[in-house]
Amino acid sequence: MTSVLYDAPGPRTRRREAIGSAIGTLVLLGVLGAGAWYAAGRGVFTAERWDVLFDPPKNQTAAAVWHSLLVRGLGATLRAAVLAAPIAVLLGIFLAVWRTARHRWVRWPAVAIVELFRGLPVLLGMFFALLGFGWSAFGAVVFGLTVYNMAIIAEIVRAGLAALPKGQAEAAYAVGLTRAQTLRVVLLPQALRTMAPSLVAQLVVLLKDSSLGYIVGYAELLKSIQNNAQYFGQAYLVSLFAAGGGIYLVVNITLSRVAMRLQRRTARTLGTAAPDTALLPAGTVVDPTGGVAGGGRPPRLPPPDR
Amino acid sequence: MDVIVDNLPTYLSGFAMTARLTLISGVASLVVGTVLAALRVSPLRPLRAFATGWVDLLRNTPLTLVFFFAILVLPQFGVIITSFQGAAITCLTAYTSAFVCEAVRSGINSVGTGQAEAARAIGLTFGQSLTHVVMPQAVRSVVPPLINVIIALAKNTSVAAGFGVVELVASGRRIALANPGEAVIVLAGVALFYLVFTVPAGLLAGVVERRVAFSR
Repeated sequence: MTSVLYDAPGPRTRRREAIGSAIGTLVLLGVLGAGAWYAAGRGVFTAERWDVLFDPPKNQTAAAVWHSLLVRGLGATLRAAVLAAPIAVLLGIFLAVWRTARHRWVRWPAVAIVELFRGLPVLLGMFFALLGFGWSAFGAVVFGLTVYNMAIIAEIVRAGLAALPKGQAEAAYAVGLTRAQTLRVVLLPQALRTMAPSLVAQLVVLLKDSSLGYIVGYAELLKSIQNNAQYFGQAYLVSLFAAGGGIYLVVNITLSRVAMRLQRRTARTLGTAAPDTALLPAGTVVDPTGGVAGGGRPPRLPPPDR
Repeated sequence: MDVIVDNLPTYLSGFAMTARLTLISGVASLVVGTVLAALRVSPLRPLRAFATGWVDLLRNTPLTLVFFFAILVLPQFGVIITSFQGAAITCLTAYTSAFVCEAVRSGINSVGTGQAEAARAIGLTFGQSLTHVVMPQAVRSVVPPLINVIIALAKNTSVAAGFGVVELVASGRRIALANPGEAVIVLAGVALFYLVFTVPAGLLAGVVERRVAFSR
């Protein structure tokens, strides 16, 4: 689209671009190099600041360090996320269905719940459970993650339901299905399939948010980085953080890729099997880069932000 | 309820801090994010690669990790953190700018190719077609997602509570710890302060969105 904005570059422009590219590369490399040089000057890259990852001091084994990072740290992160995700999805679907109720006064509690919880920080939800209800740190993390993502998923599912052509429900009623059957057999499966990429993207956000457990004192990945650094010495914080941050990035990017692939597949199947995609509001199947703030989602939704 | 009234000054100072963080990092990340978006569509490859890398890195990193890096890891590189507030603003700006960039970029992409083609066909230059045809349309579809990004930013400022900044959540935690029996009410008060901003802003985004949808 941008290439439409200017003519194909001629030889002179191409030369100018080549020079610009070279200068840009040099500047970027220069900045990176200066940073690395400065860091090296402070001894960041010396072996004794990294040996904690393969040959730790204090008679510890590298296996023990990685065990504390991967099994205890990442394990705790995943445990909270894996427990919170299905609950959030189920409650989200429940709220979305509730919102389709015919009478306004039946509907409004669901609307209120969704609007309330998606307007609050996840961290506040965690503190509610921790300080308000006196739950454990683990319970607080799961509660905070569940309550927030439930509201967002309710919005995603609602958008999916709203995007279905009216004929689907009409046909289901016409063949004599009840309202519950219509939802369960006809509408929800389609809505969930259309929204699968957004759902997965939201689950990535949920996983990212589980790092907030660090603040409420849940012993997750960041905490185990800090514990290790406290034990072996603060100088190891850099290498431990590099390892821990790397783990986070790998997990998140992998999940994001899954979301993207799902999205491409959904777009393809819908494109061939269901000619009704034209009725979807523009942007329902969002651009593969993930749209706003973390993942393909319909424009009416709040950003999963984080 | 008394506990909220009694601690109103603490609440208000927390709210002021949250508002300040949101405002300063909001403006800064709008600027940085737009620049990043421009870099991402620029013809110079290294700039494009830099912006893409920046956006991908920060969008896949939890904000807590960004704070952790800035407050705990950077001092190991010899960077001295003089103000937690400044560090928080830097982290929030870096993080949010990635989302702003994505919003702006998809807004530019949402303008139909035909619009740009038509502009070129009647002889407008690159600058003219961008300023007179593409940008006015892009801005409209960018505003609702940008409002949502700012709402997310307002909520994200709460992460600073874990890293030495006394904003709303940290104030709430203080009051709650001082009044353990009434923690739920205390935190409900904090929630109220957030909702005062997030709910109206969300409604605004919805209204703008519907306007835009109609005019298409």
